[in-house]
Amino acid sequence: MSLGHVLLGLLVPGERHGYELKRHYDARFPAARPLASAQVYATLARLARDGFVQQQEPERVGGPDRTAYALTAEGRAELQRWLEEVEPPSPFVANPLAVKVTVAVLIAGGDAARDYLHRQRAAHLERMRVYTRTKTAPGAALTEVLAADYALEHLNADLHWIDTALARVAALTEEITP
Amino acid sequence: MNHQITARGVVKSYGNSPALRGVDFAAARGEVVAITGPSGSGKSTLLHCLAGIVRPDAGSVHLDGQRIDDTSEAHRSRLRRSRFGVLFQFGHLVPELTAAENVAMPLLLAGVRRREAVTAARNWLERFDVADLAGKRPGEVSGGQAQRVAAARALVTEPEVLFADEPTGALDTLASEQVMTQLTRVARSAATTVLLVTHDARTAAYADREVVVRDGTVQGPPPLAGTPGPGAPAALRSTP
Repeated sequence: MSLGHVLLGLLVPGERHGYELKRHYDARFPAARPLASAQVYATLARLARDGFVQQQEPERVGGPDRTAYALTAEGRAELQRWLEEVEPPSPFVANPLAVKVTVAVLIAGGDAARDYLHRQRAAHLERMRVYTRTKTAPGAALTEVLAADYALEHLNADLHWIDTALARVAALTEEITP
Repeated sequence: MNHQITARGVVKSYGNSPALRGVDFAAARGEVVAITGPSGSGKSTLLHCLAGIVRPDAGSVHLDGQRIDDTSEAHRSRLRRSRFGVLFQFGHLVPELTAAENVAMPLLLAGVRRREAVTAARNWLERFDVADLAGKRPGEVSGGQAQRVAAARALVTEPEVLFADEPTGALDTLASEQVMTQLTRVARSAATTVLLVTHDARTAAYADREVVVRDGTVQGPPPLAGTPGPGAPAALRSTP
């Protein structure tokens, strides 16, 4: 995900100061890590350099100077191009769970691998319960629900893999142990 | 912990095929427990033994300390009508009756007067957000709506334990979400124990805990030891 494009999107309703953008980002994407202010200003500087945003005249309202940024026509076109671009599915999914199963078989045999998979399954499901509570809480924002849906589907895919791995442990043990 | 429903050493075979090989299980009052496992693992057989639908070959099932598996079919049938609610994958609504009539049916069978039964049915449809379907027949509503009507019917007698066998098995993701959100919300507010069989982890995640059945045995820590606390790892590498 490109932070620059997200900030361009948050500028569509109108010009905003860097701090306002940070606040809107953190509120819109609660599942993401909160943005560092320095990251926001560095990204805005890059967007201004590329002509995607325009820096407005600084204004002072009872405190330090504040600078607002406005989306330019080029910025809007870039945003549109980004939205039309499909995210390439990752060709390789790093799977630390698979590595751990293999190592468990090597050092302690199939039963150790099964024990690990059962414990991992329980931990995954506990995390799924947390996301389920988040998205079904009264008044949950749709952005929170969508983020929880995404996390739940990924955890669910891991669980499918864990179930398949459990069914393959015996064969795997035969293959990789002398 | 004071368990409401327990099973000890339950064994059940169908012909020469063992379905359960000595299962222990326990649930506390008001708990929502997901019973999961692969197809053919024995999870539905366990649910049916707990609900008194199927009699185990060996072992025992207790409700509030009273053994129920060795009682007569008539006694277990009364138990299912008075203290248990049952919800299946396809709802099993009566196609000729309206939603309100379907929900009122268990009350009418229990001898409640028609007007009171219909009023209660409408209240329960309201709790599942399907009050506007009261006059519709099952063929006129979506699968998710029909399942919410079936859930209202399963709870209209205010059972102590609800047995749900794959209640979202035939539904898409959003319809499943509506059924599970409302089912668990209503059950928790009434302190109804829910025993939920599902093969879908997303549905199991609505429960307070999971019991995994594989090859006719329960996996993991013995369920009779008590309910696991929320001590699962706080951070998982695979989560965002």
